Amino acid sequence: MKAHVYVWMKPSVLDPQGQTICHALNGLGHQEIASVRQGKYFEIGLSGDLTKETAQATLETLAQDVLANPVIEDYRVEIVD
Amino acid sequence: MSTLAPEAIAAHQLTLPEYDKILSLLGREPTLTELGIFSVMWSEHCSYKSSRIHLKKLPTQSKHVLQGPGENAGIIDIGDNVAIAFKIESHNHPSFIEPFQGAATGVGGILRDIFTMGARPIAVMDAIRFGRLDDARTGARNRRILQGVVSGIAHYGNCFGVPTVGGECVFEACYDGNPLVNVFALGVFKHNEIFYGKATGIGNPVIYVGAKTGRDGIHGASMASAEFTEESKQKRPNVQVGDPFMEKLLLEACLEAMKTGAIVGIQDMGAAGLTCSTCEMGSRAETGVEIDLKFVPQRESGMTPYEIMLSESQERMLLVAEKGREEEVLAVFRKWGLDAVIIGVVTDDGMLRVKNHGDVVAEISNRALADEAPLYNRPYTTPLRVAPLDGPTIRSNDLGADLKALLGSGDLSNKRWIWEQYDYQVRTNTLAGPGAEAAMVRIKDTETSIAMSLDGNGRYCALDPREGTKLIVAECCRNLSTVGALPLAATNNLNFGNPERPEIMAQLVESIEGLAEACRFFETPITGGNVSLYNETLGTPIFPTPVIGMVGTLPTGLPMPLAFQAEGRRIFLLGGLRPGGDREFGSSQYAKVILDRLWGTPPKLDMYYEKRVQSAVRELVRDGLVDSAHDLGDGGLAVALAEASFGPQGIGADIRLDSDRSQELVLFEESPSRILVSTSNPEAVRAAAAKNSVEALEIGATLKARVVIRNRTETWIDSSVGDLYSVWNNALEHLLLNPASVVNA
Repeated sequence: MKAHVYVWMKPSVLDPQGQTICHALNGLGHQEIASVRQGKYFEIGLSGDLTKETAQATLETLAQDVLANPVIEDYRVEIVD
Repeated sequence: MSTLAPEAIAAHQLTLPEYDKILSLLGREPTLTELGIFSVMWSEHCSYKSSRIHLKKLPTQSKHVLQGPGENAGIIDIGDNVAIAFKIESHNHPSFIEPFQGAATGVGGILRDIFTMGARPIAVMDAIRFGRLDDARTGARNRRILQGVVSGIAHYGNCFGVPTVGGECVFEACYDGNPLVNVFALGVFKHNEIFYGKATGIGNPVIYVGAKTGRDGIHGASMASAEFTEESKQKRPNVQVGDPFMEKLLLEACLEAMKTGAIVGIQDMGAAGLTCSTCEMGSRAETGVEIDLKFVPQRESGMTPYEIMLSESQERMLLVAEKGREEEVLAVFRKWGLDAVIIGVVTDDGMLRVKNHGDVVAEISNRALADEAPLYNRPYTTPLRVAPLDGPTIRSNDLGADLKALLGSGDLSNKRWIWEQYDYQVRTNTLAGPGAEAAMVRIKDTETSIAMSLDGNGRYCALDPREGTKLIVAECCRNLSTVGALPLAATNNLNFGNPERPEIMAQLVESIEGLAEACRFFETPITGGNVSLYNETLGTPIFPTPVIGMVGTLPTGLPMPLAFQAEGRRIFLLGGLRPGGDREFGSSQYAKVILDRLWGTPPKLDMYYEKRVQSAVRELVRDGLVDSAHDLGDGGLAVALAEASFGPQGIGADIRLDSDRSQELVLFEESPSRILVSTSNPEAVRAAAAKNSVEALEIGATLKARVVIRNRTETWIDSSVGDLYSVWNNALEHLLLNPASVVNA
């Protein structure tokens, strides 16, 4: 089974990296780019006999505790197959 | 204007009498925006309402002081037309919520306080305190907080390009759930480059520069208001994220803009952001400030006036320019790629008037906000005391093992795991960095260097806040004197519990009075600082923890090492053994690490004697008459001897004592006013001691690779320097990476 986990800054938190990317894109002539916010993306493989529900629950916990910093970041877990 | 519900008032942490005062100052009900503005300006953090009447007892003036408390940072003259600005500030609560960003923005905030005065930051130090790393219940969290805080400090300081040159790191159970992160910064400038946070000149434009405003750090209290939740349902974090690269641009842009001569006043937007900077600048200049929020650069759409005024977004400044010359200022910020917009004007009516697209949303007298905050003379009794007066009978089986346990404890171990993450050499002026007796930074183009020391001791202050605080001041001065520097001025960070408890308030009052007495005595006025109250976890207050940052000057030269330099040198204890008693031993590191107890009183301090010892060591160091100098602090004589043996040459000591007192006390008691020196010129040491009427006790000689301490015919300790060093050098990493393996002696 495979899962994708997305982690990104909460909307109200400053994202200096995203801002820098935006500036770089503007600098390359792409004036139409108004803002960029960037995040992280994890591809996770799971082995063994897992139900989708168990996998989802495990990864939600891991995302909350390890992959994301819930104080400043949001996350989403998607079980792919 | 709508009527505000009592819940909204309470949610803003204003009491009903405070609300009544707002009503009488305004002559009407406040709007929600005004209520928010009052609540932040009258908060403990901004108004010092519980501590202000006591802070007035502190000495703040001397011939060196150019600017005392009340500005963004204190300033002292160091000669040659050069001045330094320095201050300390706490970021305790944010560092607990989000250690990395909390500590990082703490560094960012204090750096802005320095360069808003016109000074270029040249050094940072941090005093950080955590719960115990090896505690079975809270250890994992404490380790995570320590790692986050240290990376946060390193991240911001290293990226910005300021050396982190020293500090202290202490572990104590009372900081479980309430770590302390106190950041000190120091900057340098010429006398004619000093700027103040004053909005002078009616009609002058008010300019906003730096990062855009987002919904960072708006206090959680605001959530209670109905009006507020309608506008935005997004859960907003109380944590700000900083951007050190943006801050670097802001530094360079501000210093360059100041050079145009078109800036009349400037202040950073720290706590309470736009609110605090506008009304404080207006209040200091006795002018009014009128702004329109539609001009404020915003990171998010749909922000309310309330949110814009209270946002604590980082890396922002407010400045007032000379009318007609605004373009010169704006051009500088454009060049550095920063937002700079005129958002308002200085007026003559003394009011803070905030408009939103032309509609007035807040109109309050600047004085009411900045200077008429409630002032509390909170009742105080006698300081809270948790420890007994008398301790256990002490009988050690193995003094050598005790010494190793002390050297391997969190407080006394080598902190290189921490400071190896800091760039402490950037700008190439660091003469002595972390781990030295005192940090030392030279001032280029002058013959002068700055020495600085940061110190606190919660154990001493828990036992006696007044005497404990005096001891901290004495220790800071001693650190500077030991490297040959003359202490000139200090900044203080007072970390205490809930001031509404009379026994906690008493700790604060006694500590401030002790601070005042010691600073007056050592002629080191307090030029500014910070008070952090309500440091409690589940109703248990932290130890009263005043932290003092002391600065002094000395002629630039090679720094005096604390480690022994060569074999066969004579070792003196300047100040003598200074025997203490069983009760004073209860505050020592020995009591903490070996016995896991706290009792009694802090060590006794004779300030007159202390001053004479310091003057003796300063003379010896300045004249190059000693090879090494190290003051006795935590862990006493034995620990100081071990530390002095940890130099690159691995030179130890052969010590012969003649005492009939208990061996534990002689080796590990922490009596102040003692400095360990090694010399090839014993007559000079005796002469300097005699001249200053202090004792110079010859206790032995340096020796290759061993630390041996004998008393009369007994051998108390006989260890190889290598063994001691390896325990001391690796302890913190062990505690962090493999805490279970550390046996708590």
